Amino acid sequence: MPHDHHDHDHPHDHDGLSPSGHPYRADNDAPLSYWQRMEIAVRELMIEKGHLTADQVSAQIDTMDARSPANGAAVVARAWVDPDFRARLLDDAGAASREMGFDIGPLHLIAVENTAQVHNLIVCTLCSCYPRNLLGLPPDWYKTREYRARAVREPRAVLREFGLDLPDSTTIRVHDSTADMRYIVLPARPSGTDGMTEAALAALVTRDSMVGTGLPRQP
Amino acid sequence: MPERVRVKAMMPPGHVRTPAYLRGKTGVIERALGPFPNPEQLAYGLPAPEQPLYRVRFTMSEVWGDAAERPSDTLDAEIYAHWLERL
Repeated sequence: MPHDHHDHDHPHDHDGLSPSGHPYRADNDAPLSYWQRMEIAVRELMIEKGHLTADQVSAQIDTMDARSPANGAAVVARAWVDPDFRARLLDDAGAASREMGFDIGPLHLIAVENTAQVHNLIVCTLCSCYPRNLLGLPPDWYKTREYRARAVREPRAVLREFGLDLPDSTTIRVHDSTADMRYIVLPARPSGTDGMTEAALAALVTRDSMVGTGLPRQP
Repeated sequence: MPERVRVKAMMPPGHVRTPAYLRGKTGVIERALGPFPNPEQLAYGLPAPEQPLYRVRFTMSEVWGDAAERPSDTLDAEIYAHWLERL
């Protein structure tokens, strides 16, 4: 495309786009918000007073970042191969997860099971409650007003946009995490997985299948 | 028979964890969850007496009326006892 601006001193600075044609991202140097100032002030005071160290803060952030859907997938795969564990998971998902060695803190966890007749979907309409200790950080879409509003009002339309077109014979149960509980979906074990190891099964369990916006992979 | 309850249709100011779209709606107790500190005080650092918490199951037709995609699909939410009246 010919240059139609003659006042540029840089040949690649086309209409604010980078040389690869993407818009530059604005620098993140807006003034701190009230809550950002509050977090910094409290953290610095805690460190000054010797209650914790900057290393401990970094270590805790690392711990939170290390949580991933692989934790939840291991729990699901165990439930697929061990009927007694499945029963314990549906009875008290927090205790069953701790039994597998996952430190889920004081979290109150409920597992809801998908069957041939029932499909479960998790949402938090009031904020962004999510089983972080088992699934890691929530995806951005989970926190959007659009997902939060539409998942309770038109879950079938939302699931179709995720590529999941459920028949009318399937009952959808939406779970709104309004208070102290967190939820994980126990997806149905895919067909054709007889004889697979627990580790191989866990590799089929996606994050979305544990939120209810997807199904496990087929082997 | 499952116990039928109605969510109180009140609109108090402040931090509440009963979604507005469920106020005034009727459902059944899916399970009792035990006592939890009331977030309406807890959120402000005030003494927060415990309230029984319940999972209440609503039908989509109860929540959305004729706009429901499939009337017998359900929505479960956790509601504190002081927001529920027994029917």
